[in-house]
Amino acid sequence: MNTATNRKQVSIINTNEPIKEETKTIYEVDNFNLWYGDNQALYEVNMAIPMNKVTAIIGPSGCGKSTFIKALNRMVELVPSVKMNGTIKYNDKDIFSSKYKVEDLRTSVGMVFQNPNPFPKSIYENVVYGPKTHGIKKKKVLDEIAEKSLKEAALWDEVKDRLHENAFGLSGGQQQRLCIARCLAIEPDVILMDEPTSALDPISTTKIEELVQNLKKDYSITIVTHNMQQAARISDKTAFFLNGEVIEYNNTDALFSNPDDKRTEDYITGRFG
Amino acid sequence: MNLVDKKVVQNKMNKRIISNRIMRQMFFLASAFGIVVLAILLYRIFSEGLPYLDWRFLTNFASRFPEEAGIKAAIAGSVWLMAVTAPISLVLGVGTAIYLEEYAKENKFTQFIRMNISNLAGVPSVVFGLLGLTVFVRLMEMGRSIIAGGLTMSLLILPIIVVSSQEAIRAIPKNQYEASYAMGATKWQTIRRIVLPAAIPGILTGGILALSRAIGETAPLLMIGALSFIAYLPENIWSGFTVLPIQIFNWTGRPQEEFHLVASAGIIVLLIILLLMNSIAVLIRSKFSKRY
Repeated sequence: MNTATNRKQVSIINTNEPIKEETKTIYEVDNFNLWYGDNQALYEVNMAIPMNKVTAIIGPSGCGKSTFIKALNRMVELVPSVKMNGTIKYNDKDIFSSKYKVEDLRTSVGMVFQNPNPFPKSIYENVVYGPKTHGIKKKKVLDEIAEKSLKEAALWDEVKDRLHENAFGLSGGQQQRLCIARCLAIEPDVILMDEPTSALDPISTTKIEELVQNLKKDYSITIVTHNMQQAARISDKTAFFLNGEVIEYNNTDALFSNPDDKRTEDYITGRFG
Repeated sequence: MNLVDKKVVQNKMNKRIISNRIMRQMFFLASAFGIVVLAILLYRIFSEGLPYLDWRFLTNFASRFPEEAGIKAAIAGSVWLMAVTAPISLVLGVGTAIYLEEYAKENKFTQFIRMNISNLAGVPSVVFGLLGLTVFVRLMEMGRSIIAGGLTMSLLILPIIVVSSQEAIRAIPKNQYEASYAMGATKWQTIRRIVLPAAIPGILTGGILALSRAIGETAPLLMIGALSFIAYLPENIWSGFTVLPIQIFNWTGRPQEEFHLVASAGIIVLLIILLLMNSIAVLIRSKFSKRY
């Protein structure tokens, strides 16, 4: 049985393009539609998001890319008028099923938002907010989590001497990395990033892009961006959204060098958007 | 071709500037009116009341003789009343605000309740007094006690506390909720650890202002039959009681001229208490505002 599948794979690899390591799918989106009131925002979205890769979602403003990423952790439900159909499976479980608790989903799917949104608390309290929420009370464990998360978010050296100062004293870029640390502190499997660098200066943006590169070893990252160079630099796969539809979804290299669809080509060559 | 005639503009110039000056004077007079009246009032009260205001006045019970009359029982009654009113109205008011802002589904019924809470804030206090008399004093047989008075006062200031707490909660940016929910926090965890800490300055400010209104209210307590002449301190929440404004009201109603002066001294005490409470509210507001 094992050898049979292996042989089959080998033949596929031989006939297809360069050698590809097999990746597991973490999110399986099937015929997903979403409405805000009477306005349809997403049309028949089909996407498989791979594990431990960076998946970028690009497209012009209002194309539904933020809506889509917010559906992945059900944050979109905070909008009262929202309606959906189709399925989104996370690790083969339907996230909209009544058995799947939304708190449970969001414990393994973290999110970083467009504008840094730290709490008006100390840096330390910001990072341990998630673990504390999930019932971790031991000071020693919390201290370790704080240090580990801040190191992962490449912020530790800048803040280790002022962990108990208010997070609003940090610069915008530092605040965003603090939000990433806060998200890492709950040890999620997936990190969703909704235009995480659009409010930041170029240096902070570079830092966060490097961070994303380092994090993908341990996390599956989905990042929404309207910056195409950013998508090309940091992602493994890219989806192009337009007017609520997925126009093209492919390996980043392929999508940027040789787009299948005319509209994708027009967008990435800057003809609109 | 010039559409704007420079000559007309010049001719109108003086007129515009003069009418601006006139309006400025009128608005100044409007503000001055209130300030002057307040100054006269304060001057009268202080000149009449100050001679009577001393330690003896604060520590004596009410008396038939103006020189011996004091406000000990009234101060104690006011403190007791606040001790009952503050926790009841704050717990009920903040709870209502949290439910309406965070948990209630957006529908016709919720909108109806929201609208009527604002309306309730405009109901005359005498009506609340009648309600207290019927429900607490008679129906629930609490008698003319501190608890009946405290519950009536709680109802009176409840709408104010609900509305100000709702505003404090609504002022919290949406991104704070998102950050908390996105980490798998429940609604209650978010309320307890993000919403309430951020809203508490606003809630306290509104609460203190509402309580300072309750301290100055007379009508509802007269309706439920608070006493006006007592020479003992309340022992528990079932005791009869009097409060500062009722004591003042009682003194001003007496024929002897001296009692009117004693009333002025009582008013000074009440004003100082109100001023203190309002200053605390202002202090809290300025200390905690602009955190985002």
